[in-house]
Amino acid sequence: MFAYILRSLLQGAVVLIAVAFIAFSMFRFVGDPVANMVGQEASMADREELTKHLGLDQPFPIQFLRFLGKAAQGDFGISYRQGRPVAAVMAERLPATVELAVLSAIFATVVGVALGVYAAIRRHGLVANAVMTLSLVGVSLPTFLIGIGLIYVFAVELRWLPSFGRGETVRLGGWTTGLLTKSGLQSLILPVLTLGFFQLTLIMRLVRSEMLEVMRSDFIRFARARGIPNRVIEFRHALRNTMIPVVTIAGLQLGSVIAFAIVTETVFQWPGLGALFVNAVQFADVPVMAAYLVFVAFVFVVVNLATDLAYLALDPRLRAAPTAAR
Amino acid sequence: MDQHAPAPTRTEAALAGTPPDRLPGALARAWDSDFLWSFRHSPVAIVSSLVAVAMILAAVLAPWISPQNPFDPAQLDLMDGLTPPMTPNEISQRIFILGTDPQGRDMYSAILYGSRVSLLVGFASVIFSMAIGITLGLAAGYLGGRTEALIMRIADIQLSFPAILVALLVFGIFRGVVPPAQQEQATLWVLIVAIGLSNWAQYARTVRATTMVEKSKVYVDAARLIGLKSFVIMVKHVLPNVTGPVLVIATINLALAIIEEATLSFLGVGMPPTQPSLGTLIRIGQQFLFSGELWILASPALALILLALSINLLGDWLRDVLNPRLR
Repeated sequence: MFAYILRSLLQGAVVLIAVAFIAFSMFRFVGDPVANMVGQEASMADREELTKHLGLDQPFPIQFLRFLGKAAQGDFGISYRQGRPVAAVMAERLPATVELAVLSAIFATVVGVALGVYAAIRRHGLVANAVMTLSLVGVSLPTFLIGIGLIYVFAVELRWLPSFGRGETVRLGGWTTGLLTKSGLQSLILPVLTLGFFQLTLIMRLVRSEMLEVMRSDFIRFARARGIPNRVIEFRHALRNTMIPVVTIAGLQLGSVIAFAIVTETVFQWPGLGALFVNAVQFADVPVMAAYLVFVAFVFVVVNLATDLAYLALDPRLRAAPTAAR
Repeated sequence: MDQHAPAPTRTEAALAGTPPDRLPGALARAWDSDFLWSFRHSPVAIVSSLVAVAMILAAVLAPWISPQNPFDPAQLDLMDGLTPPMTPNEISQRIFILGTDPQGRDMYSAILYGSRVSLLVGFASVIFSMAIGITLGLAAGYLGGRTEALIMRIADIQLSFPAILVALLVFGIFRGVVPPAQQEQATLWVLIVAIGLSNWAQYARTVRATTMVEKSKVYVDAARLIGLKSFVIMVKHVLPNVTGPVLVIATINLALAIIEEATLSFLGVGMPPTQPSLGTLIRIGQQFLFSGELWILASPALALILLALSINLLGDWLRDVLNPRLR
């Protein structure tokens, strides 16, 4: 089991270094870092001094190592566009994105599992069929259209919810939260629905098909024969056995959560990291792009690790025979 | 996977009215009886293919069938601006099926031209990612060893990163490298490359898997025995056998690529308003969401949904037909 965890860690480190290399190459070769930092009137001497100061006169591998060292400390230089340290800009945007992503993941998992179980149990029911058809349409709808649709219904027509921004936020130390004010909570609803929708349909379809599979297996039949009530069979026996694939896919889906967060944040003008990244792309703000890339890779590696550990917790067989894992 | 008994295949195909013998290998399988039979018996496939074909034709023929050229200022009349759909304009009494935008641009024409751009980017990027994916997949599956390990590792990393993120990165690099004056013209090509680069891994995986199966078959041994070069065996003998799965991925990816392009354009990192795709039109239309001119937003949005949904459903159906295990 220890070897298993160690291997996951090692793989994560390799991915991180590879991504850091891409980020570094971008920083080094896209545009001229020196020209981007000094003004138009800077003299050659100024330029040379900055080149030296940034270490750009040193060999490539040494530059990369220095970049790695700084990146590990969260230092990604200065944003070309905002003229402030990238780390500070990102730290300011982080809470908005984390609150949005975590809430929508919770929403998608809870509602997705519930609907999936329901659709599996009432397999031929009218509601279950309607939900399944709706989910198929939902999968092919682009995220930004779902967001615009929600804005139209709830902000333009009904005027129930705000259509952009985070509303009022409360400062807690270095963290700003929208969870403690009424307008903050209201502002969260539409973005969370938009971001959670795709995951929801995915988890729901997955839970349904896994449940249908498990309900056919022998141990469920025996449980029925023992006279255990249906509800207990469905939720205690069957649901638990569908969790491994659900956790895997939910973990792998994190990539799309980040991608859809970019879109969702743009639609709702949500002041998060995704919107920051889109802005950075528009203005070729390379340090921000590089930092965001490394950040995303880091989140990926952490979540992959968590998924691997979740297997161990969910499936006793993996704990017994670590070689069988993967 | 695609091994049908030859005899019933021929007869059924003959009943369906298509002579498979006259078509070359890949096409013959595409016209396979099983395929046509499922098509005739699937209302979803018929309707979605009708919608998709109609929209593609309309996009291709846009310059000839649209009432105006929406990008020729001489044909626009500001008096026609903001006319609601199907209602005569107060001043000119002209009727526009889908209404007009503030410049008096006919939305119907704008959508035809917009879907032209969307489809062009979609098809071109699919072909681009297919070319990369098939080449790398064939090489990985056939050559094996280090080449395979390297290619598949890169594909793994690529697959775990969302396509839109990769495309955004490519676009950002383009913004940093190309001087601003040339950016507007180059955008179309950059989009094709960006979307193409973000989708190749799936092809590579599928082609590699199929190639590995095919490689162990006798015909490959025979080809090697008569002294054919690896390259010739890969391209002429193995490649035709991987077309089925590749076709399925390509169809579903076409819908994804169109949505990806629309998303990029919507985010403001895609087609410029001077040469709008459906996504750009939606981005423009969003500004009128609060002022009540809903049609400027709704018509390109509906066009995009119809296009993506019909191609998606077609792809789903295709996958079920070509992969009997899923039925």
